[in-house]
Amino acid sequence: MRAGANGSLDGTQRIGRFRNASWLKVMREAGLAYLWILPALAVFGVFVFFPLAKAVWLGFFKTPPFPNLPSHFVGVSQYASTLSSALFLHSLWRTILFVIFTVPTGIVLGLLLATLAHQRLAGIRIFRTIFSSTVATSTAVASVIFFTLLDPQVGLFSYWLGQRGGAGILANPTLALPAVSVVTVWQNIGFTFILMSAALQSVPDDLLEAARMDGASRWYRFRAVTVPLLSPTIFFASIVGIIGSFQAFGQIDLLTQGGPNNHTLVLIYYIYQAAYTDNNYGLAAVLSIALFAILFVLTLAQFWFFERRVFYVAAN
Amino acid sequence: MWRPTERTGDMVGYGDGSGGIDVAGGAGSVGSAGTGSGVVSAGSLDGTGRGLPPGRSGQLNAGAGRKKTRRYATNGARYIVLAGLAVIVGFPIYITVVNSLLSSRQIAARPPVLFPLHPLWGDFSAAFSQAHLGLYLRNSFIVTILIMIAEIITSVLAGYAFAYLKFPFRRLLFMACIATMMVPMEATIVPNRQTIVALGWFNSFPALIVPFLASGVGIFLFRQAFMGVPKDLHDAAKLDGYGHWHFLTRIVVPLNRPLIAAFALYAFMSAWNQYLWPLIVTDTNSVRTVQIGMAELENVSVNHFNLIFAGTLEAALPIFILLIVFQRQLVRGLSAGALKG
Repeated sequence: MRAGANGSLDGTQRIGRFRNASWLKVMREAGLAYLWILPALAVFGVFVFFPLAKAVWLGFFKTPPFPNLPSHFVGVSQYASTLSSALFLHSLWRTILFVIFTVPTGIVLGLLLATLAHQRLAGIRIFRTIFSSTVATSTAVASVIFFTLLDPQVGLFSYWLGQRGGAGILANPTLALPAVSVVTVWQNIGFTFILMSAALQSVPDDLLEAARMDGASRWYRFRAVTVPLLSPTIFFASIVGIIGSFQAFGQIDLLTQGGPNNHTLVLIYYIYQAAYTDNNYGLAAVLSIALFAILFVLTLAQFWFFERRVFYVAAN
Repeated sequence: MWRPTERTGDMVGYGDGSGGIDVAGGAGSVGSAGTGSGVVSAGSLDGTGRGLPPGRSGQLNAGAGRKKTRRYATNGARYIVLAGLAVIVGFPIYITVVNSLLSSRQIAARPPVLFPLHPLWGDFSAAFSQAHLGLYLRNSFIVTILIMIAEIITSVLAGYAFAYLKFPFRRLLFMACIATMMVPMEATIVPNRQTIVALGWFNSFPALIVPFLASGVGIFLFRQAFMGVPKDLHDAAKLDGYGHWHFLTRIVVPLNRPLIAAFALYAFMSAWNQYLWPLIVTDTNSVRTVQIGMAELENVSVNHFNLIFAGTLEAALPIFILLIVFQRQLVRGLSAGALKG
């Protein structure tokens, strides 16, 4: 199997064989690689890239205002008019606010909880279980629970927050988006906690100990040793968090349906309304492509930013 | 090849809370940072000894009793902070449990009932039967577990290929995989539904499973992690005559077990969370998942808040049990540590 294992060959032949073998090795490695990425690529091709291209195409066609009329080709004009519309810009702003409310909060809280639970104390397992317990809830479960707790008549949170009676927090234009964000952060905290805990476990004790011996304070050790070593995980959590928040749908649908007065009309819900409430597939397609483009740029920017700062543990 | 020290040294670096933020914040907590290692280093720090290495600061045997008191105080402060956060994080679930054992009238009572003195267990069976939760849960488990296993396998394989193998278009294909994380489900849902219908999969398990057999997140995560595997290990494995398959299964995967477990949880959670897609590619209860059951529950039991709470609990309980089991494995995987030569 291994190249150059034939001892009986003379020099020239060996060189020829060797070249041949190394070329074969390269081919085999590439073949193996393609074999291993093929399942993923096949799924992505059929269920991500093909429909994405189809969505771009659908955006060129204007859906008629009445059903059963043929949609007609309008080219890029539908993109231009939609993306400059006031409702789109409003929706974009609400989405950005939602991301700002949820992602940094989630990461800081997850890191805080993980750090606190990373202590050798009796009964710490109980706290770890509680901190990761929200993983057991789904978006729908969390939303239904909070919807009931925020109910203006019988909801406990409404009672404690002095919002009893009236339309309720979820119908309050100022409070609706923060409320949805709280539900989102709460539901995600379990996963972030587990992710950060797993990463904390991989921080070498001897590094922290060395820093301690050098007289570094606890905060300094956290800032100068732990955080840099966790940066790949923080990077991962922030990418996944931002993308996840841009795609958050269930909690909006179950809590506010984009209301009140479009105050929680994040992009994804706008798309959903366009496609399934108004049957306006052309508009929905344009919005989908816009959302896709935004996330694409965001993630590339994050890559660029983090590639300079992320410290890969033991990369070398 | 090196092996992990089996947590012998962590009395100092790990167990004494030195890895933590100084949450207690008080004067006592700083000085007592080294007390976990006090068995060996009998040194005590005075309040001003911030940052001085414990046990080296002189004042040997200055006050063992005072130190002990301070340790109790510090641990007490830690417990208070932990308990406070646990109450905040755990309250929604706690109140769901309580409310599922109350009557509708008790739930609406003010001041609120925070402990069920006379629990009513009937809500659970009522919620279970009225919203077909048993069937929905079974369907959810089938779909979710298959997706999770498939995602781990495809992501580990692809992540390894991108981290270790050289092949044409590697960077491009990797970017393509990353790009899938940026394609919102809703952006492709209309064309995807047409694909499912064309394949004859409408209202079937393949419709719920096949589109999610691969994960951009997983590929990204594992590729990043695998790149962090020390290069020495790779070289050593090569010298030992390991092929890629053996290096993957005997070194890379065991080494990254905590991460794989964390990803498994993530994959499970996102598959379990599917809400819109199952709704639009199914139209009968036989293959519908528990998330849709939640919406039905809300419809079934308007004005029966106790049933809603009981139903959400039933939907979450199997996962909660799984999580506890899983977490044990997770923690074991984590503390067993890194390398297996």
